[in-house]
Amino acid sequence: MSSSPKPFPEDEMSSKILVGTRKGLFILTRDAGGAWKISADHFLGDPVPLVHCEKGGKRMLASLDLGHFGTKVRRSLDGGESFEEVEAPAYPEKPEGEIDKCPWREIDLPWTTKLLWSFGQGSDGVVWAGTIPGGVFKTADFGESWTMVRSLWDDPRRKQWTGGGYDFAGVHSILVDPRDPQQVTLGVSVGGVWKTPDAGTTWELVGQGQRAAYNPPELEFDLGGQDPHCIVQSPNHPERMWMQHHCGIFRSDDAGRTWIEIEDVAPSAFGFAVAVYPIDPDTAWFVPAQKDEHRIPVDGKVVVTRTRDGGKTIESLRNGLPEPPAFDLTFRHALDVDNTGNCLAFGSTTGSLWVSEDQGDQWSVISEHLPPVLCVRFLD
Amino acid sequence: MANLSFTANLLRHVETPSSAHDGATVGEVLESYFAEHPQVRNYLLNDQGAVRKHVSIFVNGRLIADRTRLTDPTTPHDDVFVAQALSGG
Repeated sequence: MSSSPKPFPEDEMSSKILVGTRKGLFILTRDAGGAWKISADHFLGDPVPLVHCEKGGKRMLASLDLGHFGTKVRRSLDGGESFEEVEAPAYPEKPEGEIDKCPWREIDLPWTTKLLWSFGQGSDGVVWAGTIPGGVFKTADFGESWTMVRSLWDDPRRKQWTGGGYDFAGVHSILVDPRDPQQVTLGVSVGGVWKTPDAGTTWELVGQGQRAAYNPPELEFDLGGQDPHCIVQSPNHPERMWMQHHCGIFRSDDAGRTWIEIEDVAPSAFGFAVAVYPIDPDTAWFVPAQKDEHRIPVDGKVVVTRTRDGGKTIESLRNGLPEPPAFDLTFRHALDVDNTGNCLAFGSTTGSLWVSEDQGDQWSVISEHLPPVLCVRFLD
Repeated sequence: MANLSFTANLLRHVETPSSAHDGATVGEVLESYFAEHPQVRNYLLNDQGAVRKHVSIFVNGRLIADRTRLTDPTTPHDDVFVAQALSGG
């Protein structure tokens, strides 16, 4: 095992975590004694699938999945003290006679936002949003108004995307290159990895090296049939990306164009969440589950896996995590690392939340009684 | 003018004061309402303008038939009520 990367000074560590759950948004604050406690809540009773915190920690967007009343967006301009309703991304009118079906299920694709599933923001301030059933939107005024990226929605290759766990495909990862906000990479489940060099004018389906074991052999390496579960990009070395794929863990050294499968991953290479150490791109964390048809921890043990050497070796971290039997599953947006790379947090579908302040070596349980956790994000 | 009122469950999310509106169809009555309360539109209708799956609209206690184009007729003094099916655990 390689030595630990040198951490930043502790006083720069994040002291706030936003936790979106099935029944509200919770803000956790680290007090002077180092204890993490719920300091505020918003939208109690309502699902909050995702929050986006702008660098600087003041402005944020929260997506609400109101079910009966649709997807809504709430914005905060004061670091989460208060929220206001802003526009939600809306699909264009579906032309009369337009045929648009999920190719696997042969059911009509709804041209309406079913779930707001990803946010991304570049140095130009533009926020991107990805949705189920596959539409991507942009806002230049932090949610006042949204514009659909029609070039992708109207691309005939988009109609080949299929639903996975959800009925319809969705865009769950949006990576705006920190060097150039025109360069954006998308992760689509199920639809592979897409890149634009010009802020969404043109799109290229990339991602050679991914492997879809669920497909027939002829389609195992079909780029559009891949199911990335989550993709993250190193902020300091943007050519490096890490992906938790339905069929394993993959690493890219060319900003998502090609991928290398990480093999011999114990206890499992299946999972949803991934986080990359912001300083050293060779360090990344994952939260594994047994396999796709058994979405529970291997042997009932909750673990976080970590590589410090670009995937050559993977270690299991479980100091402070529950003894078997435990059945916690971590969704794709429910793991995060703060800007120093020291502090990690992840939540589970059974309402547990853990924090580590030493890059995963030791974990503390913050709560075991939250609603199912949908997303976890550190605030600057 | 038709009288338009809403389930109280909406109030948690958005203001929906009752009011009276002209219109020969449910769609026209709603459009008149949205002109005064634009923020209510996407709570009731999806991006294609159809009634959301778990929202129901009644005219004088009878469910409307056309949830896509909202062409059910309305006459002055009709009571139009927007209801919601609560569910989940």
